[in-house]
Amino acid sequence: MSDLLETESERLLAAVRSLLAQKGIASPSEISERIAITDRASPGQGARMVAKAWTDPAYRALMLEDGAKAAEAIGIPMRGMPPLGVLENTAELHNLVVCTLCSCYPRAVLGYPPFWYKSAAYRARAVRDPRKMLEEEWQTVIPPQVKLRVVDSTADYRWMVLPRRPAGTEGWDEDRLAAIVREGDMIGVTLPQA
Amino acid sequence: MMLAPGSAVRVRFDWPETRGPVHIRTPWYLRGHTGTVVRHLGDFPNPEDLAFARPAEKRALYHVLFAQGSVWPEDHPGDELLVELYEHWLEPA
Repeated sequence: MSDLLETESERLLAAVRSLLAQKGIASPSEISERIAITDRASPGQGARMVAKAWTDPAYRALMLEDGAKAAEAIGIPMRGMPPLGVLENTAELHNLVVCTLCSCYPRAVLGYPPFWYKSAAYRARAVRDPRKMLEEEWQTVIPPQVKLRVVDSTADYRWMVLPRRPAGTEGWDEDRLAAIVREGDMIGVTLPQA
Repeated sequence: MMLAPGSAVRVRFDWPETRGPVHIRTPWYLRGHTGTVVRHLGDFPNPEDLAFARPAEKRALYHVLFAQGSVWPEDHPGDELLVELYEHWLEPA
């Protein structure tokens, strides 16, 4: 086939997929299923977990104990995924997640990372001067009496933030709550707004 | 040796990247710094071997807490860094 219609990388991918099937490592349907799971992952999944944790104390406890179990409990597939840790923001503590070494990110529950998460600038500033970075880039001000904890995701875990439920959301149901939770809130660069 | 929560540890001041090709999950900015073990996160195949398709034995992974001001000059008192580190990078402090 013409190089204009099929790139070298596509031919390589087709060859690898065919070998995976021939050697019995992964069938075409398993690969399709995995692609579908990856495509479905989005910040909306993490937002559902946050909203449920805000309204259900038992779920919140499970989420803080084992994020992967909590994700599976609401139908998010976690098979083959790294363990998921959940960092709870409180009145005294704010968490901010970065991966200074590369771009480790809880993709199963947040989808693909935003472009800036992988940038050298974010990775350097988040770990060295996080308060100034949050103020300058996101207008997020962490009050001086609140401890800022930067979580550098360096190894086998993936980390998401459980933000604080904002005032003005009393009586809201889970769907309405989930709709206000953004990806930045679960990385720790922003705070949910009612 | 299992490190108990609260143990003071120093990150080894070592630079294997100067001796040949490596894959290291220990950030350079922490080498030689002292922190406190928060908890054992589990045991995982050593990524330094996995990356080169070598047999990788399981190593204990710890969550270790550092005072922001002990690592960087832009300190806000009380702020912290929490980092996953493998046992073979930690020594008693």
